[in-house]
Amino acid sequence: MDPLMVDGNAIAGLLQEVFAVEMTTASGTCGTCGATEAVGAIHVFRGAGIVMRCPHCDNPLVKIVRDDTRLWMGFPGVRTLEVTL
Amino acid sequence: MAGTAVLGRLNWQAADVVEVVTETPRVKTIAFDVPGWSGHRAGQHVDVRLTAEDGYEAERSYSIASPPDGTRVDLTVVRIDDGEVSPYLADELRPDDQIELRGPVGGYFVWEPSQGGPLLLAAGGSGIAPLMAMIRLRAAAESDVDTRLLFSSRSWDDIIYRDELERLNGDGLRVVHTLTHSQPPGWTGYARLVDAEMLAEVGPTPDERPRVYVCGPTPFVEAVAEALVHLGHEPRGIKTERFGPTGG
Repeated sequence: MDPLMVDGNAIAGLLQEVFAVEMTTASGTCGTCGATEAVGAIHVFRGAGIVMRCPHCDNPLVKIVRDDTRLWMGFPGVRTLEVTL
Repeated sequence: MAGTAVLGRLNWQAADVVEVVTETPRVKTIAFDVPGWSGHRAGQHVDVRLTAEDGYEAERSYSIASPPDGTRVDLTVVRIDDGEVSPYLADELRPDDQIELRGPVGGYFVWEPSQGGPLLLAAGGSGIAPLMAMIRLRAAAESDVDTRLLFSSRSWDDIIYRDELERLNGDGLRVVHTLTHSQPPGWTGYARLVDAEMLAEVGPTPDERPRVYVCGPTPFVEAVAEALVHLGHEPRGIKTERFGPTGG
């Protein structure tokens, strides 16, 4: 267990900035193991960028890098994101 | 649906300090008035942004410790000695000072009285903040939902909101402390890290299907969540919020 790990709640503001809706209650399905979890329950690692990992199989789901004016978001391992409108 | 997107848009807003309360030697609560605050739910947090004179910006998330109450937002801050943001918030802010924040954000780690219970709340250190918003809301709403709080602190003097929790204890709320590093003379309560045996003694049984909220430093949250699942609690009923290594 990495004590630096946080979870999707910690990046709620950043995600809402991008998606313009509350995202911690959205559900993400892992493209590797097929588990579905609320974004708030997904493991988050912060370094030079942000990596969201599946809490069941550790597969990287989303990678986020930002600078002052831009944000890059990659989705290496998400099958679907279900958002309530 | 357009309304959802508009509501979801986040803007930085000015927040005025109205009060600074010393909770423990390392912890302060800063009460803000946020003009135009849209209101919040118990368990949500805000992002705080500090901008230095040279334009350097630092952002941190803080859970809101106050229940929904007009334009008032209370943040409880642990002073991390080598931290970038917390020493400023904890030591420098005075009434009438202003900072920038945006929110409320989050919706996963939230409790409303209408959701009912029983509730099992487990806090490690400053992880109490969002759970305190729930406890305060429960009291303000005169809810009698069966609520157990298991609160892990290093010592008696490190217990955040100690007097208020003492006052609120009762009426269906049971507050149980564990003191992990030192205990006052004559202490008869728990004096170890939270474990499965302690959770079984304090909490509702898995058969009662409690709503469980666990918040604190990551090692605390992982250990508690694992123990709860070991006891037979439904993983989907356990909501967690991890603060990382320091709890603040």
